[in-house]
Amino acid sequence: MSIDLAQFLPTFLEESYEGLEIMETGLLNLQSSEDDSIHSIFRAAHSIKGGAGTFGFNQVTEFTHLVETLLDEMRDGRREILKSDIEILLQSVDCIRLLIDADHNKIVCEDESISKVESLLNESLNSSSTDTQPQNENKSEKTQTATDAQSWLINFTPQPHLVQTGNDPLFLFNALADLADLEIVCNTSELPAFSDIEPKELYLSWQIKLTSSDATEDDIKEVFEWVEDECTLEITLLTNEAISDVQEDEAVNNDTQEQSIQVQSTQPESEQSSKQELAEPLSPTAITTDTNVLTTKPQSAIMGKDKAPAAKAKPDVGSIRVGVDKVDMLINLVGELVITQSMLSELGNDFDLSKVEKLTSGLDQLLQNTKELQESVMRIRMLPISFAFNRFPRLIHDLSIKTGKQIELVIKGEQTELDKTVMEQIGDPLVHLVRNAADHGIESTEVRLANGKSEKGTISLNAYHVGGSIVIEVNDDGGGINREAVLNKAIEKGIVEPNSSLTDAQVFDLLFEPGFSTASEVTDISGRGVGMDVVKKNIQSLGGRIQVESEPGKGSCFKVNLPLTLAILDGQLVRVGTEVYIIPLITIVESLQAKAELINRVSGNMVLYRLREDNVPVLPIYQLFNLEAQCTEIENALLVVVEFDGQKVGLMVDDLLAQQQVVIKSLQDNYQQVDGISGATILGDGSVAMILDIPGMITMALKQSKIAQKTAVNHNVEVV
Amino acid sequence: MMNEIEQEYLTFLLDGEEFGVDILCVQEIRVLSPITTLPNKPDYIKGVINLRGVIIPIVDLRERFAKQALKYNDQTVIVILRDQTAIKPMVVGLVVDAVSEVYKFSDKSIREAPDFGNKIDRCFIQGLASHGEKLIILLNSQTLLNQDELYHL
Repeated sequence: MSIDLAQFLPTFLEESYEGLEIMETGLLNLQSSEDDSIHSIFRAAHSIKGGAGTFGFNQVTEFTHLVETLLDEMRDGRREILKSDIEILLQSVDCIRLLIDADHNKIVCEDESISKVESLLNESLNSSSTDTQPQNENKSEKTQTATDAQSWLINFTPQPHLVQTGNDPLFLFNALADLADLEIVCNTSELPAFSDIEPKELYLSWQIKLTSSDATEDDIKEVFEWVEDECTLEITLLTNEAISDVQEDEAVNNDTQEQSIQVQSTQPESEQSSKQELAEPLSPTAITTDTNVLTTKPQSAIMGKDKAPAAKAKPDVGSIRVGVDKVDMLINLVGELVITQSMLSELGNDFDLSKVEKLTSGLDQLLQNTKELQESVMRIRMLPISFAFNRFPRLIHDLSIKTGKQIELVIKGEQTELDKTVMEQIGDPLVHLVRNAADHGIESTEVRLANGKSEKGTISLNAYHVGGSIVIEVNDDGGGINREAVLNKAIEKGIVEPNSSLTDAQVFDLLFEPGFSTASEVTDISGRGVGMDVVKKNIQSLGGRIQVESEPGKGSCFKVNLPLTLAILDGQLVRVGTEVYIIPLITIVESLQAKAELINRVSGNMVLYRLREDNVPVLPIYQLFNLEAQCTEIENALLVVVEFDGQKVGLMVDDLLAQQQVVIKSLQDNYQQVDGISGATILGDGSVAMILDIPGMITMALKQSKIAQKTAVNHNVEVV
Repeated sequence: MMNEIEQEYLTFLLDGEEFGVDILCVQEIRVLSPITTLPNKPDYIKGVINLRGVIIPIVDLRERFAKQALKYNDQTVIVILRDQTAIKPMVVGLVVDAVSEVYKFSDKSIREAPDFGNKIDRCFIQGLASHGEKLIILLNSQTLLNQDELYHL
């Protein structure tokens, strides 16, 4: 067997995580209605177990086996689907996720939640033994009479092509050895003469004696499930007389058969030694996993009952699954491109002026083709937002248990497509918003009833496209934000001057101030983790923004506005001297012509421009970048006022050019980071233009102006 | 080790001297296209150009090696170097006076450069080789394609 399994590992991991998601969704559905989702849950668990066995993920195999057994009983109707069982199964899903990670990193997962859930599972499984159905009696007897070992005789005669299908008998025996003690006798009588051996064929067959207190026939069959069609399998339960028969048989057989593999004795040893090997030289990793456990602790506490957060365990999978239709479309477009190309080159072979018209139409076609191709390629990176929304049913389920509130989740627009990179980074902020909504937004059942609302609170997630961006709304029908409380807190914290009149939007914006949280609101659900300021920062770093709307007694709405993709940016082209720069449109507040009377010159060569009630530092780009500019006088110069994180700066430019979408190219691929520049792009004429890094420039400017601005503020206060 | 490992070098002229680089590192030779300058960078970094959608920096090798700068014209060529060995290869364009020849040198015929009278940082020089009467300075493509070396004076 020379198949390198490692190459399939990423696929296995991906499929396992998908399977876990299927299980999770299925389990949540199972609660509300009895449908056939139990089958899909079982199938998912089963293939995870199968795959895990193949890749030697023993921890996963063992654990999933328990889960599978429980599911199997549910599937066959031998067990009622109880709410408590579903709860355990949901926790098991988290455990499997942890175990897959642990096995993948070749460490022994020592998270206590696993042993806890494992014992819960066992408990639940054993409780089923009180079932009166005859099918189960057998089994329960076995589990109860643990000391009474039973023996099974298995005749396993694989077909010669078994190994060609990627199966290895050794895996099967190892799996069996996990179940029970084994005695395996290999039958080599079919082995041909050495010269006749076909290396790809399997000539051996095995007789296995399995002694175990709790293994059932089903368990054994399950091990062979993957090779069922490729072997003859006889499983017989040995009665005491039969055992002695076999022993006699064996005595006879042993004379003729040279090979007798004692998997039972070798297996545990090698396992132990490998565990030791792992434990000692890898102690640094062991430490890191410990810290991992530590860091996830607070969050698992949030999720309740020591569950690991679903989002955390999700690895960064560097691949995309693309719908066949999208690929087909690409192939179509490439086909068209090739046709256009060949038409053009044919035209070029014997070109004369009479064919100019043909040439221009050909070029038009080429333009069209490239445009379409570009759009389709961009679309490959786009995934439906349901990928990000999928975790929320589970989250809400956990939160409603934790808070004791009845919460319903409504998801709209889950087919809205979003760039994969954006999707990956928006997940955590959204989780935070949803948690907040569940914890602070939705009132407790009593309060709701007292206010004449339905006892069930609703959180709705909604995604839709607006122009070149996507809007994600997190709505709740709770009590709304207490404007006064927020304002008082802000005044208390010194963020806002007392007696200042603020609009609602300005007040709600205070929620995103670092360290801002009204004391009464802190609970163990949303009092920890990322703060709202981090949410805002994350969204801003994606080039998006967040808005809050709230109505007392009716609920709140957090609106997240994100660019569809990080690869394209809406930009304002400006000219400074001979250079063209691009300012991201989203940062621009306004562009204006500076009026002489509003300019304040302060010490330190700093110029402030009075923009309504703000003093905006003016930043001449030509100075910052050491360029020759046309316009060096601030009077009547063009100012582009940009804002980042509440700080406004006026950039002085020579000319405003067009607004256009630009494709962002990295400078760092071949060169270093340049201060004040976030990237580059290629303009229509093929030349390169720099994209200004507004946050970077503001920091650069602020460094120069910190002192200057302070004096200016004082100065203004005096004037007022 | 084998003694007769031959390598091909592309040579170019720079202020009357002939320099050579390992030809396997040369991606292409181009006429200079319009350069976009980068703010606050040393003179020898001329800026960046768009090479089929990839943004690559342009270094004037004369200025990098502290020689008299030359005004660019439509004959000015850039040699695009690309590190073939790295996983994420760095690409850079070098402005040179003119491209000259391709020579084959065996390892044996490359001599170490004497340690005097040269303004070029020693780390960029791999050795000297002679072809007939001409003496060719062979540049070390590893250091040329190392961001820290090339962009640091």
